Amino acid sequence: MLEIRIHGRGGQGAVTAAEMLSVAAFEEGRHAQAFPTFGSERTGAPVVSFCRIDDRPIRIHEPISHPDALLVQDPTLVHQVLLFEGVGEEAYVLLNTGRSFAELGLGEVEDRLRPGRAVCVPATEIARAELGRPLPNTALLGGFAALTGWVSLDSISTAIRQAFAGEVGEANVRAAKAAHDRVLEKKGRSARA
Amino acid sequence: MPVRSQIEGSQAVARAVARCRPQVVAAYPISPQTHIVESLADLVRTGELDPCEYLMVESELGAMSACIGSSAMGSRTYTATASQGLLFMAEALFNASGLGLPIVMTVANRAIGAPINIWNDHSDSMSMRDSGWVQLFASSNQEAVDLHVQAFRLAERLSLPVMVCMDGFVLTHAVEQVDVPEQDEVDAFLPPFTPRQQLDPAQPVSIGAMVGPEAFTEVKYLMHARQMQALDEIPRIAADFEAAFGRPAGGLVRPYRTDDAETVVVALGSQVGTIEVVVDQLRDEGHPVGLLDVTCFRPWPRDEVRRALAGAANVVVLEKAFAVGAGGIVGQNTRLALAGTPTVVHDVVAGLGGRPVTAAAVRGLLDDVLAGRVDPHRLHFLGLRTDLVDGQLRRDAASVPGPHAESMLREAGVIGSGSH
Amino acid sequence: MTVEPKLYQVDTFAVGNRLLDPAQRSEQARADRSNAITSGHRACQGCGEVLGARYVLDAAMRATGGNMVAANATGCLEVFSTPYPETSWQLPWLHSLFGNAPAVASGMAAALRAQGRSDTRVVAQAGDGGTVDIGFGCLSGMFERNDDVLFVCYDNEGYMNTGVQRSGATPPAARTANTKALGPEPGNAFGQGKFVPLIAMAHEIPYVATATVADLRDLEAKVETAMGMSGARYLHVLVPCPLGWGSASEDTIKVARLARETGIFPVFEAERGRITAVSKIRRWQPVEEYLRIQRRYAHLFGEPRRDDIVARIQAQADHNIDRFGLLDDDPGYEQDQE
Repeated sequence: MLEIRIHGRGGQGAVTAAEMLSVAAFEEGRHAQAFPTFGSERTGAPVVSFCRIDDRPIRIHEPISHPDALLVQDPTLVHQVLLFEGVGEEAYVLLNTGRSFAELGLGEVEDRLRPGRAVCVPATEIARAELGRPLPNTALLGGFAALTGWVSLDSISTAIRQAFAGEVGEANVRAAKAAHDRVLEKKGRSARA
Repeated sequence: MPVRSQIEGSQAVARAVARCRPQVVAAYPISPQTHIVESLADLVRTGELDPCEYLMVESELGAMSACIGSSAMGSRTYTATASQGLLFMAEALFNASGLGLPIVMTVANRAIGAPINIWNDHSDSMSMRDSGWVQLFASSNQEAVDLHVQAFRLAERLSLPVMVCMDGFVLTHAVEQVDVPEQDEVDAFLPPFTPRQQLDPAQPVSIGAMVGPEAFTEVKYLMHARQMQALDEIPRIAADFEAAFGRPAGGLVRPYRTDDAETVVVALGSQVGTIEVVVDQLRDEGHPVGLLDVTCFRPWPRDEVRRALAGAANVVVLEKAFAVGAGGIVGQNTRLALAGTPTVVHDVVAGLGGRPVTAAAVRGLLDDVLAGRVDPHRLHFLGLRTDLVDGQLRRDAASVPGPHAESMLREAGVIGSGSH
Repeated sequence: MTVEPKLYQVDTFAVGNRLLDPAQRSEQARADRSNAITSGHRACQGCGEVLGARYVLDAAMRATGGNMVAANATGCLEVFSTPYPETSWQLPWLHSLFGNAPAVASGMAAALRAQGRSDTRVVAQAGDGGTVDIGFGCLSGMFERNDDVLFVCYDNEGYMNTGVQRSGATPPAARTANTKALGPEPGNAFGQGKFVPLIAMAHEIPYVATATVADLRDLEAKVETAMGMSGARYLHVLVPCPLGWGSASEDTIKVARLARETGIFPVFEAERGRITAVSKIRRWQPVEEYLRIQRRYAHLFGEPRRDDIVARIQAQADHNIDRFGLLDDDPGYEQDQE
């Protein structure tokens, strides 16, 4: 079973991201479960959502404390919540930022993980360019597909189109693809390095 | 064929309810029930659910009262609520069951304040366990969907109200794979509503007369008798459902690996899946452990519970509510079922106010039970932060003024709630 | 439609059937009268509520051709009409709870709409406790949704079923079981209470009317008007309670008439929040005439007399006369409704 935890702020689409990820896995014929931390969140407040993916029915119903992958929609959350709690060295971490782990003072986190597992992608920037709005969630999902290879970009795109109809969906699909390509490129670079 | 979807529990339930063709839905918003009734409001608006009147009432008392009027008028009637909302309709709940009106209601289980808490536990449904409603608990979103379809048939067959309980947020807000029954399948399973009693100008009757000591006991006896009939009807409906839909759902209890089990956990709701995982682990390690999932809590299936548990040496009742000042609620009922047997029953309260019931915590508990470290004569609270309560008890003893909840939050260093 | 008869009985200024045009006369003597509530019920002698309920429901039955259902709140009307295993109701009737009759009626109306039976009409009824106090939230909800319900409040100004306690409709200075004639301010307090017809008007529902059991033809006419409309309608009927008010059983009509003739209880009709008709006072009387025949005000006329309190009640009646234009020489009811 793969367990993914997504951190964001109310309004950034962390809950929808987990749902879309579960739909992408479902499209691939797998079992998936997505759920938010349930709270009286307001816009801007820290939000956490979860997604489990497995080849068998998922019976467990509890929050994910030891994620296999972590998606962070807003790195400034590091000042408010224990973002990296339970994140082992095998885990993947995808950060939405135009900067690097070291520049954000998170070099230690990067060092702790296996090489190539910690990646930054400027999802908000990409979203601004493709959607005209700073909503990083679909771009991050594209990046996630590239980083982990657990779901395909095609499935992510299908899930996005189910969630957003018409041109909005297409713009989000473009954002996912752009982030996907960026992450692939980074992975290629780190593999060559 | 059913449509298999990756869908939020609330949306799935709303679609299943819509396919049961309720003619009147009256509801008042309360988290975590809102997604269900919002979705039904959409379906009414778009005409997908037609004919149906969606009443946006002014309170939960109004919601259940409108349901009473509608059901007495002979319409299939549905509502949903949770927590404080269920308590706010308490008076009308007893009225609906006393009048024998086959209303179906979803309870998206949530804690009851004070302190105010929007997260999941079973205090709400459990507080209404004696309201005369049938109470069915869903362990998954698939079961929640299936139980709703069965609930209408049960309610209308026996002319009594049915509450389908599903864990708030844990199930209502979880997106999972669910087979949502198709319209033709539901139509074949659930006949149109033929009311046993109805307000009709052509045949005027008075419903809700005052009954004095001369017959009140008899009226209440008949309510009880009808609930006892439900103990026979529920398994029949579950069998019919399985035959029609090709998957098991419902019934009174569902034993999981209880054959030859020496220790059996009794539980209701979404924690059942987590406990199954732990049971499998322990079985793999050679421990004879099992689980009894109680789907029907009211009426209480005493004989079935007894049959499933009587061979066990230890029973651990893991429940998301308790009777303050007394102990476990499901535990008390379980003891009743096991009267005269040597089986030892442990009452464990877990998952209050949204505290996750984790596999690790359940595993730890069962390890303790297997090692004889859990005193069966005491009420246990899984994962209780003894540092917090002991500190507060000390302050109480020293007569330090102030509200408990706030002092403990200060002690715990929690600012606001819900932060991860 | 408010009846404005030209002839009155000598002295009492009552309007008997025989003084009306034949078309306007009540039909209480006709053999085919619907009798929604039949004899044999357990109401007290001289009960204003059962008189009001019978006229309201019979008029509604006539207006709907008998195609109607009723929701009833807990209270005297419910208790005295349905002592198990008997019932006085000749129409489909449902009693649920004390505080939920408006919502029950909303549910009935919704069910009828869903069943495509909009020709069947819904009437809900409650006493003042079930209307202005415990049922008020549900009532306001029913009003704002404009559900197709005629809600009738039989106002006897207190919780009579439980032994005469104060309600939000109990008038100032009235003695009840929990506002006894004790202390310097005997009886119910001044400056409290509410007049729900005005609150109903604030919802801008199609029709609001008040009536008393002193003018039964007027009451019937208002029911007919209400049943000719759809949406939420509210009828507030003053029904003296001999037990609770301490009036003689044979004086029920007289007391109700004096409530109107003093201006204590304004009788009017309103549509969509605007007053459309007012029943004028036929022969003005000082409030003392009204108060003296009710033992709930006896403490105002004992030793010492409390003329100060009587004057305050008179001031309220005068305020009503002014506000609603209850006297002929009055320029008219308040024009600030614009």
